[in-house]
Amino acid sequence: MMQIKCPWCGMRDESEFLWGGTTHLTRPPLTATDAEWAEYLFFRDNPKGVHLERWRHAHGCGQWFNLARHTVTHEVSSVYAMTEPPPRSG
Amino acid sequence: MKYSALALLRGALTSHRNWVPVWRSPEPKASYDIVIVGGGGHGLATAYYLAKNHGITNVAVLERGWLGGGNTGRNTTIVRSNYLYPESARLYDFALRLYEGLSRQLNFNIMLSQRGLIDLAHSRHDLDSMARWVNAMHMNGVDAELLSRDEVAEWLPLLDMSPDARYPVLGGFLQRRAGTARHDAVAWGYARGADALGVDIIQNCEVTGFLTDASGRVVGVETSRGRIAAERIGIAAAGHSSVLAKLAGFRLPVVSYALQAMVTEPLKPALDAVVLSPSTGAYLSQSDKGEMVIGAFLDLFPSYAQRGSFAVLQAIVAATLAMFPSFSRLRLMRQWAGIVDVVHDSSPIIGPTPIPGLYINCGWGTGGFKAIPAGGWTLAHVLATGRNHELAEPFQLERFTTGRLIDEAAAAGIAH
Repeated sequence: MMQIKCPWCGMRDESEFLWGGTTHLTRPPLTATDAEWAEYLFFRDNPKGVHLERWRHAHGCGQWFNLARHTVTHEVSSVYAMTEPPPRSG
Repeated sequence: MKYSALALLRGALTSHRNWVPVWRSPEPKASYDIVIVGGGGHGLATAYYLAKNHGITNVAVLERGWLGGGNTGRNTTIVRSNYLYPESARLYDFALRLYEGLSRQLNFNIMLSQRGLIDLAHSRHDLDSMARWVNAMHMNGVDAELLSRDEVAEWLPLLDMSPDARYPVLGGFLQRRAGTARHDAVAWGYARGADALGVDIIQNCEVTGFLTDASGRVVGVETSRGRIAAERIGIAAAGHSSVLAKLAGFRLPVVSYALQAMVTEPLKPALDAVVLSPSTGAYLSQSDKGEMVIGAFLDLFPSYAQRGSFAVLQAIVAATLAMFPSFSRLRLMRQWAGIVDVVHDSSPIIGPTPIPGLYINCGWGTGGFKAIPAGGWTLAHVLATGRNHELAEPFQLERFTTGRLIDEAAAAGIAH
């Protein structure tokens, strides 16, 4: 079972967490075209490699945080706060 | 070589030394009219229908690994067409109708077994939504019937129907034409059919890039076995669609997840239907070898690892045993996962991409196997004619921009 290090609660089983989608997406302004809006809503890089994503310790402290996680090995290379910029190696 | 009882007899009389390989393994040519990327069911069916329906035989199917080694060999072999919306019902029932004639068409036994598929209702809400589901299917001309609690009990004698069952069963609904097919045979049958019509099937050939001309149109692919030119290219790569799209320079509204399945040791015939429990996420059927084939819901985070998480496996086994307590002594023999390409409306994408000359068939998510004949038929149509097949018209990439989504809640069959 994958384990994730919650910044507040420490290492816990994946079943305590909820994946919350790709992180660092910026909502476009209301003047956005349909294509820009579709890109924001639906289109994703979906990388085979390191993915920057949001997780929530849903069955724990309830807090949101960011992970840099490899989508093949599931290895977590970085845990960082929601407002932090992406890690450089990500 | 045509397979028949006579051919079998001739084989027996010649000590089975006269059989020939089911398809050739040619060296890739320098150029083809059409190249298909992905040698799973959808890619091979596309090649077959290009040759069969459109007479285009200068075609290559490029497969990174071995034929049907991706999701075609990793699913739970279920075929069904119990969808809600008219667009989906037309597409999936077309696939099921093609499946019904496929063994004869391909002269290859795909072991289609229309044993019926039962969705279990565990609550009043399930009963209400199933009544709606059945009505929608009738409106779309697809067979479906509601089952009472007693009828479910009669079909599934091993199902725990006791009053204190962990998941009480209030009824269900049945699609009699649904069932299972031998998944490998579907890939092999299409491969053999395409090969016989002149298509080159090239395994161990990974596409590493797309070649374009000055106007941005694709003119070929770069592969692990050299450069191959092509006038048009079709991608049918399921969970790896985003990886190929990135090589070609565009993005898809796809997220790749692992979907698990597992089989038990074989036992005598004990389960005479495909059983789905939408509320618990478990579904199972008994293979012709006797194994219980058990499918799971998604591991709900992006993954390209073809294995599933133990947490999901545990939940599915627990749900299955709560429904069928007598299976508790069975051992699991194998467990695996396929990487599925999930889009936001759980409906496929079949048609052109932003790159001229490049077409795609993806987004089937957790339900690609049942759609193989239709996916191949419609991708072949757009590759051959340049126009979308009418069945595929609603399933275009641009629907994510126009907002005309086909939010097929019934696509997964279970709640993901």
